Amino acid sequence: MADSNSSLGDNAKAVEVRALRKSFGSQLVLNDLNLDCPQGLITTLIGPSGCGKTVTLKHLNLLMRPDSGTIKIDDVEVTRIRGGAIDQVRERIGMLFQSGALFDSMSIFDNVSFPLVEKTSLSSAEIAARVHETLAAVGLEGAASKFPSELSGGMQKRAALARALIRRPKILMLDEPTTGLDPSRTGAIHELVRRTQRQFGLTAIMVSHDVPKVFEISDRVAFMHSGKIRLYGTVEEVTRAGDDEFERFLAGRAAGDDPDSAAAAS
Amino acid sequence: MNFPLHLIEVLGASIIDGIGLLGRFVLFLAAALRYIVTPPFKPRLLIRQIRSIGADSMFVILLIGTFTGMVLGLQGADTLRRFGAEGALGTLVALTLVRELGPVLGALVIAARAGSAMAAELGSMQVTEQVDALTVMAINPVQYLVSPRVLAGMISFPLLTAVFNVVGIFGGFAVGVGLMGAPAGSYFNGISRYLSLHDIRTGFYKALLFGLVVTWVCCYKGYYAARMATGISRATTEAVVLSSVLILVWDYFLGSVLL
Repeated sequence: MADSNSSLGDNAKAVEVRALRKSFGSQLVLNDLNLDCPQGLITTLIGPSGCGKTVTLKHLNLLMRPDSGTIKIDDVEVTRIRGGAIDQVRERIGMLFQSGALFDSMSIFDNVSFPLVEKTSLSSAEIAARVHETLAAVGLEGAASKFPSELSGGMQKRAALARALIRRPKILMLDEPTTGLDPSRTGAIHELVRRTQRQFGLTAIMVSHDVPKVFEISDRVAFMHSGKIRLYGTVEEVTRAGDDEFERFLAGRAAGDDPDSAAAAS
Repeated sequence: MNFPLHLIEVLGASIIDGIGLLGRFVLFLAAALRYIVTPPFKPRLLIRQIRSIGADSMFVILLIGTFTGMVLGLQGADTLRRFGAEGALGTLVALTLVRELGPVLGALVIAARAGSAMAAELGSMQVTEQVDALTVMAINPVQYLVSPRVLAGMISFPLLTAVFNVVGIFGGFAVGVGLMGAPAGSYFNGISRYLSLHDIRTGFYKALLFGLVVTWVCCYKGYYAARMATGISRATTEAVVLSSVLILVWDYFLGSVLL
């Protein structure tokens, strides 16, 4: 079950990670991590705090470089590329940050249009049309002129999701998209992620703490522990594996949480 | 491990850390300067920063410049009277302002006002992942955030220093001549006779370099703010303190070279 290849089914790999290692000082955070994320599906990374979920995601979106190992995105090896080649890969990735990371000095319209304004040659009319279409897709039609500080936490996440989708990426990465939201808004964001993933035909890779709620929208689940993928498969496969660590994690008694590694991972 | 070996190890580690930090500090400036001359150019960002550093600092520069000139006029007139040299008041005020106090006090004031805001803004962007957001959008954060600020600093500081000097000279005239009774005619005559282009150039070079140093330090401290509750406040404090120290240190060395 730990071998993710067994659960890929007919879907090709959008992301393939092999033997990824990363240390911060003497702290080994990723320890020969292997992971496959099938195209067109939602893969959710779960695990106790400090197990390396966010660090893994930061490697996938090229914010961090590994000590060793390989990452292939759409069959392109990305761990050693530089300059313009990185930009080409990034154009295929949309990222929703834990905090939303909206630019607080800009309106929602300016935030969402920002990647198009900076990185494309579309006309103002084309940009406006795309922004309104994307805001409508996340249910924020009337919020274009507002500033992030005028929106609720859930609406900020929606706006950040709109910005992540605006360039129509192939892969969407989400770092704990429901952090800080109440249960009803958590469900709404999950529903939105599922709906937009289907609408835009995305491969989604999500780090989440909302277990077991996040299982409702996950096609594949990767349970991380001590810098490795300990379990991988469909929700049913993972929950029926009978793994002790996973059972402890589910019961809210994740054993072996290391505050130091949590700090490094954050 | 015995004590002397441990001491050597700790000392060696701190030296290596220090050199590493210095290297990162210098490479940060090199990247900022490189992206100033690398397309795509964003004049909109530059103009916004010139407004933030320059225009928004105008009031405080006018205020500090005027009062600095007034103090020079007051003390200068009193001191020169003891030597019977009140006619040299204009020269004294102008040379002091143009060569030293204008660039130095102006830079300290701008570092406290605009530099602290710069460090806090970039620190806040770092802590809330906005810098990472730029990176994953394939936008170079140094080119987008730092280079326009550094260039705007190098443009704004000399201009603000010129304003500081002019209002200071008139402040000195108002107090020295108006209140202390120094001769009015020799005030501006002395300035036009003894204030050389070299003096003005010296002040200009200083202001230019201080603009570079302040924006470099403040952007660096904000950009590398620690992602914790105290990260932004610490970055802001360190930015202002380090900027102020470097302004005074560089002022001495530049003064020695350009004298």
